[in-house]
Amino acid sequence: MGSTAPIAVERPSSDVRPDLPWVTIVWNDPVNLMSYVTYVFQTVFGYSKEKAEKLMMDVHHKGKAVVSSGTREEMERDVQILHSYGLWATLQQDSVH
Amino acid sequence: MSSGFKPRKGGGVIAHFEPAEASILRSLVTMVLGMVEPGHVSDDPLERALGIGSSEAPSDPVLARLFPSAYSDEEQAAEFRRYTETSLREAKRADAQTMLDTAQAGRTELTPEQAQAWMRALNDVRLTLGTRLEVTEEIHDEIAGMSEDDPRYPAFVMYDWLTYLQDTLVRALW
Repeated sequence: MGSTAPIAVERPSSDVRPDLPWVTIVWNDPVNLMSYVTYVFQTVFGYSKEKAEKLMMDVHHKGKAVVSSGTREEMERDVQILHSYGLWATLQQDSVH
Repeated sequence: MSSGFKPRKGGGVIAHFEPAEASILRSLVTMVLGMVEPGHVSDDPLERALGIGSSEAPSDPVLARLFPSAYSDEEQAAEFRRYTETSLREAKRADAQTMLDTAQAGRTELTPEQAQAWMRALNDVRLTLGTRLEVTEEIHDEIAGMSEDDPRYPAFVMYDWLTYLQDTLVRALW
């Protein structure tokens, strides 16, 4: 790769960072049962009971938890499945590490 | 009163319901079926065939809870809703219909697939009731401190029973 004088590179618009992965977030709510939420994380994502329980406790105590990450399309699919189980899920681009 | 669900030999679950319990379950899930009936249908046959529906977030709090916005950004949320809400409504209807068809007095045996449908439908029933009753995480204390003459008392007790039922179903499937 040769070295050249700096050239103007067209930058993506401010908030679009294609290099950042997307995340699915589940939010706490007073209806969904702790047992049910754990079961859903195990069933939908194939997580171990320990991991599913830890995520459920994060949702319960911190109000929300990142439950999966990947491409935007993958996260849209995850959110749709979680909505079919009645969980309150959203997706967003991960913030800068 | 029903002691809830237990695992069934060879897979699935089993429960016994009193006639009044089966009747309550059927009427509640019928209410959910009414809530999740097909929403806005496009005039465009291609859009209909592709299952493209409304992009507007529901104003009713129960529908907003059953069909939450996937993005905090309104425009992105509307686009996602437009392409997914129709199939989500269909999935919820299918689950509710399975529960309606199989909820009966006496012995109720469910296959693993029917049990999964029940779990989601029962949760939709609880989301519907819970949103209407504005329940909080302190519901047990709330019921314990409530007078039996309180007009909300029967609904709260019924909600509590549904919670118990769903918990036994999850544990029977684990």
